Amino acid sequence: MRCPLVNDRHDNNGAIIELRGVAKRFGALTVLGGIDLTLNAGQTTVVIGESGTGKSVLLKHIVVLLRPDAGEVLFHGRRVDNQSESRLVDVRRRFGLLFQMGALFDSMTIEENVAFPLTQHTDKSPEALRDVVAQKLRMVGLDGLQHRKPGEISGGQRKRVALARAIALNPEVVLYDEPTTGLDPVRADVINELILKLKRELHVTGVVVTHDMTSAYKVADRIVMLHRGEIIADNDPDWYRRCDDARVRRFVDGHANREDLEALDQG
Amino acid sequence: MSDAPVAARGGRVQALRDLLDRFGEFCIFCGHSLRWIAADAFRRALHRLLMPQLFEVGVQSLPVILITGAFVGMVLAVQAIEQFRAVGLEERMGAVVNISVVRELGPVLAGIMLAGRVGGALTAELGTMKVTEQIDALRAMGVDPIRYLVVPRVLACILLTPVLTLYADMTGSLGGWFISVVQRGVDSGPYWEYTQMTVDNFDLFSGVLKAFFFGGALGLISCFKGFYCRPGAEGVGRACTEAFVASFIAILALDYFLAELLQTISIRIYGFRSFL
Repeated sequence: MRCPLVNDRHDNNGAIIELRGVAKRFGALTVLGGIDLTLNAGQTTVVIGESGTGKSVLLKHIVVLLRPDAGEVLFHGRRVDNQSESRLVDVRRRFGLLFQMGALFDSMTIEENVAFPLTQHTDKSPEALRDVVAQKLRMVGLDGLQHRKPGEISGGQRKRVALARAIALNPEVVLYDEPTTGLDPVRADVINELILKLKRELHVTGVVVTHDMTSAYKVADRIVMLHRGEIIADNDPDWYRRCDDARVRRFVDGHANREDLEALDQG
Repeated sequence: MSDAPVAARGGRVQALRDLLDRFGEFCIFCGHSLRWIAADAFRRALHRLLMPQLFEVGVQSLPVILITGAFVGMVLAVQAIEQFRAVGLEERMGAVVNISVVRELGPVLAGIMLAGRVGGALTAELGTMKVTEQIDALRAMGVDPIRYLVVPRVLACILLTPVLTLYADMTGSLGGWFISVVQRGVDSGPYWEYTQMTVDNFDLFSGVLKAFFFGGALGLISCFKGFYCRPGAEGVGRACTEAFVASFIAILALDYFLAELLQTISIRIYGFRSFL
């Protein structure tokens, strides 16, 4: 018997983010083809899928860095995708976004980078700012690097600094865009542990976009699989270990499909 | 029958539509930037962001502006002096060199030099921030990137292009004097006397007014090109080239329209003034 790809028994009572029929095109290319997805408070939802299936685009719609061509994005039941940039400030303060490459400001020190959201949205004294920055950097295991510039630290450290910046305002939701990509397995596991720690200690709702199934299994309460802009599977991590659907299995096990192999042979 | 002419027409219509879209985006970008300049003009937060930009646009550009101004004045004198000497009017050299420098060459060349030096750097900086998602990071943190990044840069260009123009005027004038008086032996007294008779405060003001618009144009165009540049190193490189070309054209076009306007105003106020 085929396993059900979408588990519709998810408890949506604690819904914090809802996407209703979200569609996005870039020119002739349809990236999202009408996504319906509800994310619950306190859960870590992992979004997986091949490159170019719209995972990062989905993430950017949640924090309204991109606006949908059709459909709605709701945060705490209020529609946010049609709000002006100035009205979105209050919504965005409640999110932390970890970018794939960190997106740290090159011209600032690590301390200034982590303090940046605080200087923009609070009126803390310089001493209080230093304390908060030190506390956030301690959480990611990097206290002491305050006066370095982003160019002077490793890729893994940059991601951890970016994570410290993302949580500086104690957000309700943290969005992680490929947090372990480009890191060695040990550094990747440090990031995974940090995601778990944030959920445990700060009770944040997490949305993680990744290709890395080791990471997905470790941090996910729920895994959503995207394929060509559509959700083709939505279930708990154990289900993915057992599922026999060919598209899911191929991605989870990391096998090239027949067309790719034939193209290689012909080349 | 071939579909090629229809396809070509469709392509041209699409290109025109894209151009108008882009122009519309630029107008919205300018409106947004100018609105924040007006709103934040007296905020301390803006002043803190403005200082490094004033240093970058003003202090760092000063040597190149001084050198450009001096050579412009010298070249102008070299080109004109033999013609004037042939008709016995070499004492009027000061009038012609200085009026040209103050009204036209000072502001235009200062604007163009800044479009190359500062405009290119602004586009490259903002373009790199765009492709490395730093601009998205600002938005994701609830910070308006136009207010935070564009406003101080554009304001620095608006405030300092007129000041740098005055420096270019000064060295241009000295360059013209050096060639005419020191090198080619024109009498210094009449040289400056004719300058004083010809160059009015209005001429100085018209050059500074032009520079104010040139600064705004090059700042807005350079920031816009960086803000909307295509991904990758090639995208940033192309944006820098486009920013310089667009700023160059905008400066010359603005110069023409402002020259027409200021000339009309000058004639209304002072009547026709002969330089010779």
